[in-house]
Amino acid sequence: MNSQELFIAFWTIVTKEIRRFTRIWAQTMLPPAITMTLYFVIFGNLIGSRIGDMGGFDYMEYIVPGLIMMSVITNSYGNVVSSFFGTKFQRNIEELLVSPIPNWIILSGYVVGGVARGLAVGLIVTMLSLFFTDLQVQNLMVTVSVVFLTAVLFSLGGFINAAYANSFDDIAIIPTFVLTPLTYLGGVFYSIQLLPEFWQNVSLLNPILYMVNTFRFGILGVSDISIGFAFAMILIFIAALFTYALHLLNCGKGIRN
Amino acid sequence: MTTALSIRDLRKVYGNGFEALKGISLDVQQGDFFALLGPNGAGKSTTLGIVSSLVNKTSGSVSVFGYDLETHLSQAKKCLGVVPQEFNFNQFEKVLDIVVNQAGYYGIARKDALQRAEFYLGKLGLWEKRNQTSRMLSGGMKRRLMIARALVHSPKLLILDEPTAGVDIELRRSMWEFLQEINAAGTTIILTTHYLEEAESLCRNIAIIDQGAIVKNTSIRSLLQQLNTETFLLDLSPTPAESFALDGYEVELVDGHTVQVEVEKSQGLTPVFVQLRERGFEVTSMRNKANRLEELFVSLVDKNLEQQPA
Repeated sequence: MNSQELFIAFWTIVTKEIRRFTRIWAQTMLPPAITMTLYFVIFGNLIGSRIGDMGGFDYMEYIVPGLIMMSVITNSYGNVVSSFFGTKFQRNIEELLVSPIPNWIILSGYVVGGVARGLAVGLIVTMLSLFFTDLQVQNLMVTVSVVFLTAVLFSLGGFINAAYANSFDDIAIIPTFVLTPLTYLGGVFYSIQLLPEFWQNVSLLNPILYMVNTFRFGILGVSDISIGFAFAMILIFIAALFTYALHLLNCGKGIRN
Repeated sequence: MTTALSIRDLRKVYGNGFEALKGISLDVQQGDFFALLGPNGAGKSTTLGIVSSLVNKTSGSVSVFGYDLETHLSQAKKCLGVVPQEFNFNQFEKVLDIVVNQAGYYGIARKDALQRAEFYLGKLGLWEKRNQTSRMLSGGMKRRLMIARALVHSPKLLILDEPTAGVDIELRRSMWEFLQEINAAGTTIILTTHYLEEAESLCRNIAIIDQGAIVKNTSIRSLLQQLNTETFLLDLSPTPAESFALDGYEVELVDGHTVQVEVEKSQGLTPVFVQLRERGFEVTSMRNKANRLEELFVSLVDKNLEQQPA
């Protein structure tokens, strides 16, 4: 395929993915909007007013970046894992396998679809947060790049989960038992400076901590960790997961006999 | 003549140790209408799965219009259209989107893809259903949708794995006409089917595969010439009171008014009619007991079974 044909094939997958999650917006876009609004009301307004400052900021201001990032992570991951597993389940993955599209284009198409949903939901949650607090972005470059790279990373994670999944249970296990605990313990609701030193060190093993804090740095200008190190970690994880996901596609894991 | 499909020493051993293909070799020429027949589990779908990149081979080689699947996979795939045995499209997508997206996967721009989709959906009687989700279609419409989807990038080789399974007779006939039309226009077609009448009506050449090996690969005409005996069912009037014999023929009374007669190729049917008239019977209707190809197929597969080591 020449470069124009490759782009058409890639764009076909991307638009198909975007049409899919916008068609079922009541399942994909509305729930995170409702959930995050409840977080803003309950944790930000009701409980947050009694907590006082966190990291030098009003509690509502402090948790908003974390909650936006949480919605980006869960939605980019959830989009790819459910879409790619559904494609396997209904066997329409065969439409792609018989076509001349290279595997890296298939993978990129699904990842961009996941990124699109992650960013769309992130934008909705950001707009909702403006009803509760004023967001002053301190570093636009850091804010945009970290949210984009995080969406890429978790889309790749969702793809790998879907490649291994044999049942609908398998696509729920990782989000429930791994992703959600890591997100909640990743500094969304608190600064790790509040923890004893031992648990601060344990928290540093959580990759989501780096993403949440880098995003918070972009908006509020404060972070518990080094921003340069965080970006390096995210890029290394993306490179590793992309290579692994492509390997799974090349050897036909879960899609070819 | 160009070879549309060339398979050499193709083997497939599944993870559980089952050897589905035992080193088959096969050539299909450009423009052919080729039947690949075999009983369930013989290796037909595995063969077609490897050709269409849905199954990983264990060893051997496959090339499509000279493009080896190992070295020129993209070019080989562009030459191929595949209609699988089971429905494999997104049940929640619209008919038009399924076909247009498939064109997109081959790098065809949307404007062109829409025109192609309109042409093939129109040809297959689905244009009116273009905005319906695919799950709303009947079984026959779903089969036609898969054919339209497989043709949208104008493949030179079309592979159909039991395309008329579960389709009513009228629709099957119209699908035959359509397939003959695109074959006449230059598309090479490989077909698997359990309806041997379908293979006999449509195909020029045939391969019979059984237990992972090709047991016959020839033209339908020469295969049918190998058939020595045909069995006819004759309805008689008046009804025969009891069984009777005809000189030179094996006759069996099937029911009250039907007899079954075995006729060898060298014998002809005239003596049967003459002898029946002499006995005072009129033949009110006559038909083959089984499709001719079916008889050969069964005998070839049975023979292959007998030759297998115990």
